[in-house]
Amino acid sequence: MVKPSSSSSSTSQDALALFNSLRSAYSATPTALKIIDLYVGFAVSTAIIQVVYMALVGSFPFNSFLSGVLSCIGTAVLAVCLRIQVNKENKEFKDLAPERAFADFVLCNLVLHLVIMNFLG
Amino acid sequence: MATRTLGALVVLLLAITICEAASVFHPISDSHRSAASELFTQGSFDSLEKAYEALRSFEVLGIDKPDIRGATCKSVVEKLGSSESAPKDLFYALKVNSILKCGVKKEVLEGIASRLKAVVNGASSLLDIYYSIGSLVLIKDQTSEVDVLLADADGVFRSIKSLSQSDGRWRYSSDNPQSSTYAAGLAIEALAGVVSLASSEIDQSMIGKLKRDVSKLFDSVEKYDDGAFYFDEKVDQSPLSTTASVVRGLTALAAVTSEKLKVPGEKILGLAKFFLGIGIPGNNKDFFNQIDSLASLESNKVSVPLILSLPTTVLSLTKKDQLKVKVGTVLGSSAPPLTVKLLRAFSSGSKDASIIASQELKFDKESGYHVLDVLPKSVDVGSYIFVFEVVLHDSEDETVYTTGGLAQVDVFVTGVINIENAEISVLESDKSVETQKKLDLAGENAVSLSANHLQKLRLSFQLTTPLGHAFKPHQVFLKLTHETKVEHIFVVGNSGKKFEKILDFLGLVDKFYYLSGSYDLQLTVGDAVMENSFLRAIGHIDLDLPEAPEKATRPPSPAVNPLLKYGPKAEISHIFRVPEKLPPNHLSLAFLGLLLLPLIGFLVGLLRLGVNLKNFPTSAVPATFGILFHVGIAAVLLLYVLFWLKLDLFTTLKWLGLLGVFLLFVGHRILSHLASTSSKLKSA
Repeated sequence: MVKPSSSSSSTSQDALALFNSLRSAYSATPTALKIIDLYVGFAVSTAIIQVVYMALVGSFPFNSFLSGVLSCIGTAVLAVCLRIQVNKENKEFKDLAPERAFADFVLCNLVLHLVIMNFLG
Repeated sequence: MATRTLGALVVLLLAITICEAASVFHPISDSHRSAASELFTQGSFDSLEKAYEALRSFEVLGIDKPDIRGATCKSVVEKLGSSESAPKDLFYALKVNSILKCGVKKEVLEGIASRLKAVVNGASSLLDIYYSIGSLVLIKDQTSEVDVLLADADGVFRSIKSLSQSDGRWRYSSDNPQSSTYAAGLAIEALAGVVSLASSEIDQSMIGKLKRDVSKLFDSVEKYDDGAFYFDEKVDQSPLSTTASVVRGLTALAAVTSEKLKVPGEKILGLAKFFLGIGIPGNNKDFFNQIDSLASLESNKVSVPLILSLPTTVLSLTKKDQLKVKVGTVLGSSAPPLTVKLLRAFSSGSKDASIIASQELKFDKESGYHVLDVLPKSVDVGSYIFVFEVVLHDSEDETVYTTGGLAQVDVFVTGVINIENAEISVLESDKSVETQKKLDLAGENAVSLSANHLQKLRLSFQLTTPLGHAFKPHQVFLKLTHETKVEHIFVVGNSGKKFEKILDFLGLVDKFYYLSGSYDLQLTVGDAVMENSFLRAIGHIDLDLPEAPEKATRPPSPAVNPLLKYGPKAEISHIFRVPEKLPPNHLSLAFLGLLLLPLIGFLVGLLRLGVNLKNFPTSAVPATFGILFHVGIAAVLLLYVLFWLKLDLFTTLKWLGLLGVFLLFVGHRILSHLASTSSKLKSA
């Protein structure tokens, strides 16, 4: 009778401990990366809300739905790329200045949104 | 189907044969009077010109005028009182006044008269002169107290005459080279007015010249086959209004000249026939022109046409119809004492021999008809041309009236045709009779025959006229109709009185498409002058024909109902795209609000992270580039929004190129500045 409750409490304690260690590890992340993470979260959740709307109401007009969702997803992907490039831990892009990465990000976003606008109808 | 077609054909032929005889002209009758009442309704009195046309038509036809005197007289007095009215308006106002007697003051008329005289002396256009002279003549007719006489009548006469052409036609003005017959009518009427308004005698040689012009004008008259004469105008005017104009001019001139005008009676009669021949016109103007011209001809001083008319041109021998002829003036009043002679009568086919001797028609005073009691014995059924001559009793009348010489009239004499010895029989190939049946073609028949392809069918009958002559109708057809509605029509030929048709089935099997079975027989005998024309079923025949060989032509498919083929097609129902179902408005708005939540979360998150703009360059030049960089991005995004809303791709790309270069430049400057500061920071 005791065993399962103790095991469940130990599981929740484990999860809590895991979560706490994850949070402390993440708090060490530079602020710039945190901003990018926040931005990615913002884009993805916007995309999710649009998908929910589509599921409720139907896919008409399909063009607009696709452009809306792809705009969010595309931005999120580009933001992730930016995050990879500006991360100092990432040795592969050590020689790449974060400003250069940001310029790529801006350029790609502009091109992406030109296509999105064209597709919007 | 085919029966109906055949019936329609018979009716059509009858109609055509009757139409050809329509060269009989009837004087104006009650049908014109009822037409006038319908045609000139309330709207016909809008303008004074229209009102005059209606009132004049009513006056000539002797119909009571409708109650429009009050309103019309008011506008007459207004027009005459106004000093700005054109001669044309004055002319029609005075015309209406001459019929309605509106009681216009003498002073008003005097004022108009002096104004019009000035117009006459100074005018160069024929129409102005025509209306002014016409108005002066009307004032002269209405009151004797106003001085309307022209001092320089000779001069006015010459100025109108100077517009005349060598062919008798006139020009509208001296600077208009085009000559017109319509204008000639107006000019002649105006000249007649000048003669009546002249204070001193007009030079007789001038009047002589004018008369020569009139006879030249009548040389150009055109003629229809039925004896009607008319004047034609190449432009502007219809033949009716042109002819009416000339007739008005001619009668006005004849009324004012002492010496008689020399115009052939035949032409005057022809003009009357033209006006009568158009029947009842459908519009007010034409109706007025017709009635007014006929009224002018009725009382003209050249020669009054007498019209010979027949109440009916179809005479039945069975009913012993009398030949009735009426002679009267164009408006239907009775003629002076005269005798009508039936000179000749000949069959329409052969124009040589007259079938009757010349005889006089008796005049019946009560009915006003000249009657031939009994048609001569020699007149059989058929179509004839009767030639009448009208002889006036009083030789003085001959100078007043014209009868136009001989009158030819198409007459149909109808009667019952005797049908005798009608029989139908089936013959063997050696001509021996197998079965024979008598037919009564006047009544119902229902013979029933049967034959095979080696036999023949013979139909025979005799047609004789009441006088016992042979008679050949227009149409004699035998029709065989198979059960499957396949039809065969044969023309029955004749030799003398006897009509006979032999159908040799051996030669006809192919034409009959090898169709055995029952055939209905139908006989058609029809003619315009045959009172007992018929289209009758006489029974049926059962044919036993051999089997069709393989190459035989197939029977035609039954005729398609023409209504199906040419009738209206089924209505096309258009299918439109159904609009997509859209979600309720509030749901969409709710999701729009929901979309703001991540944005708010993002902003709150930024605040929580303690984001600041401390890294933004503080010195002036890099700060300007930084601001310009952000402004550039905002501009590109704004351009995208415009692209979505209204711009096309090419315009957008053009602008994007410009903005891109700018953005590239400022972006490079600001980012390299940031990079250099951060590298300095690192190295330090």
